[in-house]
Amino acid sequence: MNALLLLTVLLAAQDTAKGRQVYVKWCAGCHGESGDAKGVAQRHMLPQPRDFTGAVYKIRVTATGNLPTDADLMHVIDVGLPGTAMPAWKERLSETERRDVMAYIKSFSSFFADTSQHPQVLTFGSEPSGGDKAAQIGKQFYDSIGCRKCHGLAGRGDGPSAPTLKTDAGEPIFAADLHQNWLFRGGATTEEIYHRLRTGLDGTPMPSFSDLLEQKFLTEEELWRVAQYVRSLSPEKAPEVRDVIHAPQVMGALPTSPDDSAWGKVDTYWFPLVGQIIKKPRWFAPAVTGVWVQAVHNDSAIAMRVSWDDRSQSPDTAWLKYTKRMFDHMVEDDSAAVAPQTWPDQLAVQFPVKLSDGMERPYFLMGASSDPVYQWRWTSAPRHAVAGKARGIERFDSLKVSGGFQGEAVFDKGQWRVVFTRALATADSTSELQFAVGRAIPVAFFAWDGSNGERGGRMAVSTWYFLALDRPTPPGTFISPVIAMVVTLGLGMLVIVRAQRRGGSSGARRA
Amino acid sequence: MRRFGMVAAVGAGLMVLALAVARHPAGAASDGATVTGKVKFVGKAPANPAIDMGEEPKCKAKYTAGPTDPQVLAKAGMLANVFVYVKSGLAADAKFPAPSAPVEIDQSGCLYHPRVFGMMVGQGLAIKNSDGVLHNIKALGKKNRPFNISQPTNMVTQRPGFTVPEVMLPLECNVHGWMHAYVGVLPHPFFATTGEDGAFALKGLPAGTYTIEAWHEKYGLQTATVTVKAGETKTADLTFTAK
Repeated sequence: MNALLLLTVLLAAQDTAKGRQVYVKWCAGCHGESGDAKGVAQRHMLPQPRDFTGAVYKIRVTATGNLPTDADLMHVIDVGLPGTAMPAWKERLSETERRDVMAYIKSFSSFFADTSQHPQVLTFGSEPSGGDKAAQIGKQFYDSIGCRKCHGLAGRGDGPSAPTLKTDAGEPIFAADLHQNWLFRGGATTEEIYHRLRTGLDGTPMPSFSDLLEQKFLTEEELWRVAQYVRSLSPEKAPEVRDVIHAPQVMGALPTSPDDSAWGKVDTYWFPLVGQIIKKPRWFAPAVTGVWVQAVHNDSAIAMRVSWDDRSQSPDTAWLKYTKRMFDHMVEDDSAAVAPQTWPDQLAVQFPVKLSDGMERPYFLMGASSDPVYQWRWTSAPRHAVAGKARGIERFDSLKVSGGFQGEAVFDKGQWRVVFTRALATADSTSELQFAVGRAIPVAFFAWDGSNGERGGRMAVSTWYFLALDRPTPPGTFISPVIAMVVTLGLGMLVIVRAQRRGGSSGARRA
Repeated sequence: MRRFGMVAAVGAGLMVLALAVARHPAGAASDGATVTGKVKFVGKAPANPAIDMGEEPKCKAKYTAGPTDPQVLAKAGMLANVFVYVKSGLAADAKFPAPSAPVEIDQSGCLYHPRVFGMMVGQGLAIKNSDGVLHNIKALGKKNRPFNISQPTNMVTQRPGFTVPEVMLPLECNVHGWMHAYVGVLPHPFFATTGEDGAFALKGLPAGTYTIEAWHEKYGLQTATVTVKAGETKTADLTFTAK
């Protein structure tokens, strides 16, 4: 018996020794040599890496405050945490390595060795069948249990308490934008959302709602409905990035207003944005995760609608403390500390000044002094849009309004929608892009959330994509294949009929 | 009828007994010594920050003047909401059973009542929401496991409390970022929170020499050393100074 115990102890020791090797090589850069999250990369990321010494974990199947199960820890190591710097390790480390490193991670906290800790694994039941009304019912409970306080009326993380949120470590934290389930830390499915409602996300402001079931304030089914409602806010599938925005040609006037119903009929394209970390001042924690883009033209002008989720209608003094927390926790490239201000929200759409025949494009990061780009820039305060030329991040020269250029915007429950309109051709063809139908027009996007402390080079950026102003499909495109099919079918029939006739006559001859 | 009277009498008797037990913390010696004192405050107390409760009309309605966050309650040179407790001096093997009745914390007017309090290891915590608006209650234990639960309406939630001593363990609400409370979790019943008069009393102490520590959320710690004989009452005043 003693020998067995000794063996067990030895095996465990071996695990952590091997785990330490894996940890030092792959994990310590962010999580720190001693597991306290004070790795070299710490102040370059938000959410900041997990501090293993407290053994407080977000993604669990156990009750709030309880330790996670080994399976919980393995799950996060395997699949990572979407929307954060934590990658999935399943393909990079062997099963044994992952198990060893998990054992080593547990050794950073005395809670795992404390035998009085009995993690309570919750029983979740299974998702009740949905039906059309499920999300609608869920919305009622979403409101009645107060989700909107942080997550907002429409679920974009813009509730009244959102600017005050912080983690147990005092870092700023956003209430999740429930319209982007592909970024949910604990997974995108209804089931995973339900698990988070039950367990809470320990270490964050997100509480557990399990008590409400025990107190019969809610039934399990009702809480499942909340999960179903939350799931219904995001698209069926995470948006795929398509390289070319197709702008169909429409007859008559273009939709210049952000909420024109005509936009409902136009294809929408998603472009993810990332922090600008190439030129100083860099920005490692952009708030805008991406933009939805639509465009139409009518052979003389173009209208482009850019929509993006933003928790704050900047400038907003309610967010000043949040801005300060951002500065306190993120690396700043400035030599002196910058006082938080109420910066506006901004958006830029970028094109080359001229379309080239080859594949050459200006530098995606706002061009260069010798190779400028043409941009449309919109800002929330004072609310206006200008067209101009950028020569790198630092220099932007606005141009006189021409071609009827304008930008119209609305802010609606955590989302900006801006429509830019301009004539395809303008008088100033040396400084302004002349839009051409049927060409691949390079386009890129930039966004700033002022309340997140973003301005200048501290922004979210995309790479180059393309915009294509489509010609209306000529009627022939549809008719020719039909004619071809009819002709082929007719000829085929003719061959068969003739063959049958021949066969028939030969048969007659035999008879 | 007579039987009913008997039951009622016994019931009432039990209640009185229960109240008596609750008033005298379990484990305190009956011939115990007492340390009393006042927590004084020297200097000018800062104005407590105003709270904008515009988002919570139900809470706002509970105040006639604009609500403030009572971080410093100093009056006539006395400081309230100071947690005073025996930090050391008790016999290492002394055991003090936790009271069976839980400690109650109420959320009313979007503030915690009490804001500063003590409880024993293993004692239950009853969390009450008298506001009828959503509160979440997060315990940010370092030595104890944390928790974070939600109360969307008027209700009481019973929590098992805490398993190891921790002074102080913060409680907070994230829906209302201004809401903070602090609980001292101790393995013994020798603790008190000062009221407006700054007074405290630690009763039922065994004879001995004790380090008394006083904690205030803004002004930190003060300590005093007191030696008491059995049945004796001694005074130990503590003083905080404005920063």
